[in-house]
Amino acid sequence: MMETKIHIDKDIKAFMDECLQRDNPKSYLIAVLHKVQKKFGYLSPEHMDQVAQYMQIPTSTISGVATFYHFFRLQPRGKYAISVCMGTACFVKGADKVLESFKTELGIDIGETTQDGLFSLENSRCLGVCALAPVVTVNDKVYSNVNEKQVPDLINRVRSEEE
Amino acid sequence: MGKALEFYNALLQYMEKRREQSGIQDKIFVHVGSASCEKAAGSDQVFEEFQKLIRASGRDDILLKQTGCTGRCAREPIVGVLIPGEIPIKYEKVTLDKVQTIFHEHIIEGRPVPRLVLDKKTEKQYDYVVTVCSSPRCNPDNHLDVASLLRQTIEKKGVDPDSVRIFGGGCFGLCAKEEVGHQHVMMVFPEKVLYRFSNEEELEEIVDSHFKENNVLEKYLTKTDFITEQFFSHYGDVAFFNKQTRLTLRNSGLIDPESLTDYVHNKGYEALAKALDRDDSKFIIDEISKSGLRGRGGGGYPTGLKWQNALSYTDDPVKYVICNADEGDPGAFMDRSALEGDPFIIIEGMTIGACAIGAEKGFVYLRAEYPLAIKRLEKALQKARENRLLGKNIMNSGFTFDIEIRLGAGAFVCGEETALMYSIEGLRGQPRIRPPYPTESGLWGHPTVINNVETWANVPTIMLYGADWYSRIGTKKSRGTKVFALAGKVTNTGLVEVPMGTTLREIIYDIGGGLDEGHELKAVQTGGPSGGCIPATLIDTPVDYESLAGIGSIMGSGGMIVLDDSDCMVSTAKFFLEFTQDESCGKCVPCREGTVRMLEILERITNGDGTMEDLDKLERLGRLLQNTSLCGLGQTAPNPVLSAMHNFREEFEMHVREKKCPAHRCGNLITYKIIPDKCVGCTLCAKRCPVSCIYGEKRKPHVIDQDACIKCGECYNACKFDAIDRI
Amino acid sequence: MKKVKITIDDKEIAVAPDITIMQAAEQLGIKIPRLCYHPDLSLEGACRVCIVNVEGWRTFAASCATRVSEGMKIQTNSPEIRQARRDLIELILDNHPRECQLCERDGNCELQNLAYSLGVRERLFEGRRKRHDIERSSPSVIRDAEKCILCRRCVRVCAEVQGVFNLSQLYRGFNTVVAPAYEGPMNDSVCIACGQCVNVCPVASFLENRSTDKVWEALADPDKHVVAQIAPSIRAAIGEGFNQPAGTAMTGQTVTALRRLGFDAVFDTNFGADMTIVEEAHELVLRLEKNEHLPLLTSCSSGWIKFLEHFYPEMIPNASSCKSPMSIVSTLLKTHYAEKQKIDPEKIYMVAIMPCVAKKFEAERPEHRTDFGAPYTDAVLTTRELIWMIKAYGIDITNLPEEDFDTPLGFSSGAADIFGTTGGVMEAALRTAAENLTGKPLDNLDFTGVRKTEGLREASIKIGDKELNVAVANGLTHAKEILDKVKSGKKTFHLVELMACPGGCMGGGGQPYPPYGHHVLDREVLKIRGEALYHIDAKKQVRKSHENPFVKKIYQQLLKTPGSDKAHKLLHTSYHAREPRGIK
Repeated sequence: MMETKIHIDKDIKAFMDECLQRDNPKSYLIAVLHKVQKKFGYLSPEHMDQVAQYMQIPTSTISGVATFYHFFRLQPRGKYAISVCMGTACFVKGADKVLESFKTELGIDIGETTQDGLFSLENSRCLGVCALAPVVTVNDKVYSNVNEKQVPDLINRVRSEEE
Repeated sequence: MGKALEFYNALLQYMEKRREQSGIQDKIFVHVGSASCEKAAGSDQVFEEFQKLIRASGRDDILLKQTGCTGRCAREPIVGVLIPGEIPIKYEKVTLDKVQTIFHEHIIEGRPVPRLVLDKKTEKQYDYVVTVCSSPRCNPDNHLDVASLLRQTIEKKGVDPDSVRIFGGGCFGLCAKEEVGHQHVMMVFPEKVLYRFSNEEELEEIVDSHFKENNVLEKYLTKTDFITEQFFSHYGDVAFFNKQTRLTLRNSGLIDPESLTDYVHNKGYEALAKALDRDDSKFIIDEISKSGLRGRGGGGYPTGLKWQNALSYTDDPVKYVICNADEGDPGAFMDRSALEGDPFIIIEGMTIGACAIGAEKGFVYLRAEYPLAIKRLEKALQKARENRLLGKNIMNSGFTFDIEIRLGAGAFVCGEETALMYSIEGLRGQPRIRPPYPTESGLWGHPTVINNVETWANVPTIMLYGADWYSRIGTKKSRGTKVFALAGKVTNTGLVEVPMGTTLREIIYDIGGGLDEGHELKAVQTGGPSGGCIPATLIDTPVDYESLAGIGSIMGSGGMIVLDDSDCMVSTAKFFLEFTQDESCGKCVPCREGTVRMLEILERITNGDGTMEDLDKLERLGRLLQNTSLCGLGQTAPNPVLSAMHNFREEFEMHVREKKCPAHRCGNLITYKIIPDKCVGCTLCAKRCPVSCIYGEKRKPHVIDQDACIKCGECYNACKFDAIDRI
Repeated sequence: MKKVKITIDDKEIAVAPDITIMQAAEQLGIKIPRLCYHPDLSLEGACRVCIVNVEGWRTFAASCATRVSEGMKIQTNSPEIRQARRDLIELILDNHPRECQLCERDGNCELQNLAYSLGVRERLFEGRRKRHDIERSSPSVIRDAEKCILCRRCVRVCAEVQGVFNLSQLYRGFNTVVAPAYEGPMNDSVCIACGQCVNVCPVASFLENRSTDKVWEALADPDKHVVAQIAPSIRAAIGEGFNQPAGTAMTGQTVTALRRLGFDAVFDTNFGADMTIVEEAHELVLRLEKNEHLPLLTSCSSGWIKFLEHFYPEMIPNASSCKSPMSIVSTLLKTHYAEKQKIDPEKIYMVAIMPCVAKKFEAERPEHRTDFGAPYTDAVLTTRELIWMIKAYGIDITNLPEEDFDTPLGFSSGAADIFGTTGGVMEAALRTAAENLTGKPLDNLDFTGVRKTEGLREASIKIGDKELNVAVANGLTHAKEILDKVKSGKKTFHLVELMACPGGCMGGGGQPYPPYGHHVLDREVLKIRGEALYHIDAKKQVRKSHENPFVKKIYQQLLKTPGSDKAHKLLHTSYHAREPRGIK
């Protein structure tokens, strides 16, 4: 484990300062957490402690919020976050098989990250691109009409790009 | 003229001047869809390729634009080419190769490429394309089958019938206009003119003049200033679209969603200007009430009444309006499309609502999963502020209002209004008991009006064209149109806006193009995880709030999923319950605990371990959740299960009693067997089997070891001789 | 306000328009079953047990949260409602350990009682259930998330009454768990150890960290000199554990019971209270003279002190440095008393019986250790734990003769008795401080201006030519309020009594659970318990701490004067800012 203390950076502090000037400043908590996650990839207790002190919101409240919303991650994510859409349309068109295939190929379960830190696997709620089902996203890139047989290839492609 | 209208006129003039200066009307217009789904299909690359080609050609009369989503997701990316004076052409599934072809053949050489055209399965070019209104709703006392009549007339008059393409379109939203009255209308391309006529004689006159002589017959022309004109002139030739009535989506796919100029050109902000000048809450609320608009988020609460409630709390000077864009239903993407395609209409709608109840602040609660919608809305808000359409003293009227975007963070329950408000307040999005309703005590305890995206999008339309006009669309209790996200086993998936009262059959078959060959409609799921499964036998049910509720489903926010004979109703019910169970906020006992127990029972049934008592328990728990859950989501969570059990009882019982899944979806209930007579011993199945449980000598029938089989279906899919039976 | 007419179970009744269906039904003698509801906390409406049928409503209404309205027709019972209530309770039970007989709340569990009375006799829906380990890091409170039924009473009491916000629901749906931030250990959190979560918990998800085992062990050890001390509030509450009405004073019986249990000596925390007052009054007079660190903040409540250290460390200089009565008795026991009695202090085992779970934390503070490294207080038992021990032994306390405390640490003034209720410390301190300031004996000892059970009250008290502004706060939300007022400088205060728990020690986190059908922290019960103490005080001959002859003797023999070096060494302590910092 790396023992680096993570500090919330200037931009986020500036954003919090801005929020504190507005009406109902504490209502910006979710917005602040979005920013922290965007910057650091996840929300650590250290981040949340700092937000708590800065915004004067109890840590338990922040922790409650961070764990309530599925969008927030409490663990660092792989460099490539693979997300299989499990919306209705995708499910009907076999997203469950696609997900299984990713699990087998990567040897990880949902919410886990591969040992090399390269891939993490998630399932998402409907992304709203149902007509292209099943849909898989790798970071921000969307792959449509994916079937389970294409999964190894997709992973290899990312791996080779990495090398 | 009031101050706001003066402001509006000046704005319009300025914007129109800008359009003219850009010479837009004489230019060749190429538009590339750019909604999230289009981008997923590669529309960005297509756009860039066009950009390159146009630049390389050195032509300055070609205008390239991004537009929002038209709703034809399965055919994306869609590219439209409009050459002045010609029939507009839409191309489907455009790839980089096709860009080359389209650019060179159509844009440069002026020859459209029929084989690439959207939904057109012919190679033929037409001289005319005619869209006729064939909706009996508009013309109840004078119904004519205009499409066949026109065809007969054309033949009678000796016009080459192959040169005219005739569509029986849906409602234009025009018939209700006073000046047309009970007449028939048709739109003719490429001239883009709209004729009205009352009888066959008049139609013959039109055919003589227009189709034979190629002369537009002025005396039967009607004012083409109708709400969907722009949309129809671009898309009216495509069956998928011309059966629709696009009111809230009228600009989607047509305008550059980031361009205020485009929005204003399409009558944007005229409604707000009028409303601001009246400066009369009662007038606005009366209009909305008279229009019969009901909440499009699912509940169907009368919008005017909601606003009236909020207005009635006069003691509190602070009020809020909220746009609920936390579209969480799996399979629904109406709100995303609307925000990506036409963000200004939402802003205008909210501003009118704020003016009505006296709110100075509004929020759009938007899913974080919709980055493009966020970006577009942010830009639109910025432009509105820059042009004094938001902020202090809007349009010189003295009215102050601004909108802030608040992002969700992945919680379906935040679509529930009290949970949504907690989320805006920065807390866990867990619903609270109502009353008090948000209109009494909402955000930070102040009166708050929450409407969803589609509801807000209806507001400018109503204010612009009037409640009387609007209320004539749809059915008696459900006025106006409804947007659906059509998905599942239907040929044309995508966004559909139809008048209330349109039947499921019309949506699925006429617009959706029916199911793929060889498959039969089994059920339609509407309302997402709060809705129900409607069996195929009820396909002629009109889509409106009461009719859907009457058959155990709900309108919901507009998800519509078509299921065919390969879908298992138990699995489908289980799927929805998995969703609600996972999304349950955990606050109240019935939803938190009950959904888990119901899911366990469904898992038992699909695994072949269910008992008949399980079915009773499922029903008992379902009723418990409906009667005792804290919020609407918990109360409706059992709907998919209860309605599936009600309509497909025998399928549930088959799973329980016979341990059989008729749709062959439930893995544990399937057996794969090799038919010895058909098996040639090619060994392909054995090679494909991931657990190597198929054995046999080469060129002799193989056998599956049932104990080892994991029922993945690989062998079934691999066999080229139909020698594997799935039971 | 105009009354509204409603019908409940076919009976018409006119009620105030601002009450709920639940309250209206009570007027007709119908106590609708309930679970997450608590009258002092915000409405949750989550358990759904209190559902009723309102004519014309699509779903059942939660009666705790639904206001009555004109013409409402309500049905509190029907086969459907009873089945729904039964099923709801079963759903909770299905996700709850099946180990009632091993549970500390067996027989006094709200869930168990509901399951019984609503007729859950078989499990229809049972399936998987949540698994969590018991969290025992805190010396005061253990958290057993596996038993939690997510009524959120603890979260609400922690936030709304205590202003601590240590607990929150984390995750969601079936995975929801109540815990401090990041699901971290209680001991590393801002938990102030007050134990109100234990009090309000309907089941056994929060409990005191038990000390009974080690006390039994000490009692059985012939080498140990095991001594008990009992806090003022115990005597007025212990009877409730033996079916006695609230407010039954059982001082003598408790002393006898402790001797029967095998304690070698039984002392009274009240003695320490008298010492505290003498020291604290001296501190007050000094600070008034120097006009510094005012107001003086009392320091007897260990939950409050922990709160101060987490949330208001900048105000630590204002706190009285005087040890709590418990620690004073323990300190004197292992020093002065041991020396006098010629007992090896290392063999003395001090058991403090407290209404409080924060005292368990206080006993473990490193500041309260002897020169030889042992804690001055070896074990702290709550009132509840003592009740269990007495029952376990089989002592019939109600029929015991009354015995007296041992001396010298067993004699106390009436001023010490009222320590157990809110405002009592203030009143006791004023009795002594007033005489210190004026040099004249007081005519009237009852400072009734501070005798109320409200969470926060202010008073001005004339002593000689001085006007003292005093305030009394119980429940830390009220403490926050008064401290913020002090910090704002809007008003000058001289003395503020602060107690962590609602009603002071009477509502402590270690007090007996109410009998079934009554809610915990009932203001009426707290008041009755308090009145019992005022009654004891009024009957005493010595009613001022400084007049306690044994207190005087200790000063003569050992400490010389209040505030002396020796007094500081033995009777005073220090506080320090604590991490994690609380958010005010």
